[in-house]
Amino acid sequence: MTAVSHLLLLCGASFMLLAAVGVVRFSDVLARMHSLSKATTLGLVLVLIGGAFGLRDSNDITYLLLGGALQFVTSPIGTNMLARSTYLAEGIHHDVDDVDELADLWSVDEPGA
Amino acid sequence: MITAVFAVLGLTGVLFGYRFLRGPSLADRILALDGLVATGVAALIARSVQTGSGSFLAVAVVLTFVNFISTSTIARFIDGQGR
Repeated sequence: MTAVSHLLLLCGASFMLLAAVGVVRFSDVLARMHSLSKATTLGLVLVLIGGAFGLRDSNDITYLLLGGALQFVTSPIGTNMLARSTYLAEGIHHDVDDVDELADLWSVDEPGA
Repeated sequence: MITAVFAVLGLTGVLFGYRFLRGPSLADRILALDGLVATGVAALIARSVQTGSGSFLAVAVVLTFVNFISTSTIARFIDGQGR
C-alpha cells in the first residue's frame, strides 16, 4: 500500500514538473495557461489519491477529497478569468486561432476599437 | 522514493520561480504563482504521507482556496487597469 501511495505521489509530482516545463518553454501567455491549468490539476489529483492511499484515516481522506474538489472547481474559473483579462488587455494572435468569440463583445464595449 | 518526490517538486518550484521572476506580463507572474502554490500543496501532502500524520491537511485545503481568491482578484485588477 505504501509503494502504491509513493508511486502515485511520484506520478503526480512528475505531471506538475511537466506543467512547469510547459510554463517555462511556451511562448504565449494563453499557451502557458493551458499547460498550467490542465497538467497541474491532474498532478494534484494524483498526489491527493496517493495521499489517501498513504494516510488511510477517514478524517484525512475527507480533507484530501475537499482539497481535490476545490481544485477541480476553482482552477477552471480562475484560469478563465485570467485568460479573459489577458485577452482584453493584449488580444490574441490570430495566426494561432481563427475563431474569436469575444470580438463582438469587444466591439460592443468600445465602438471603433 | 519519497525523497524523489521532493526532488521533483523542488525542480518544479525552481521552474515556476524562474517564470515568476522573468514573466513579461503580470498574467505570467500570477500564472507562475498559481503553480508555485499548487506545488506547495503537493509538497505538504507528500510530507504528510512521510510523517504519517494529517495534521496539516487543512492548510492544503485553505491554500487551494486562497490561490483561487488571489488569482481571480488579480484578474479583475488586470481587467480594470489594462496591463
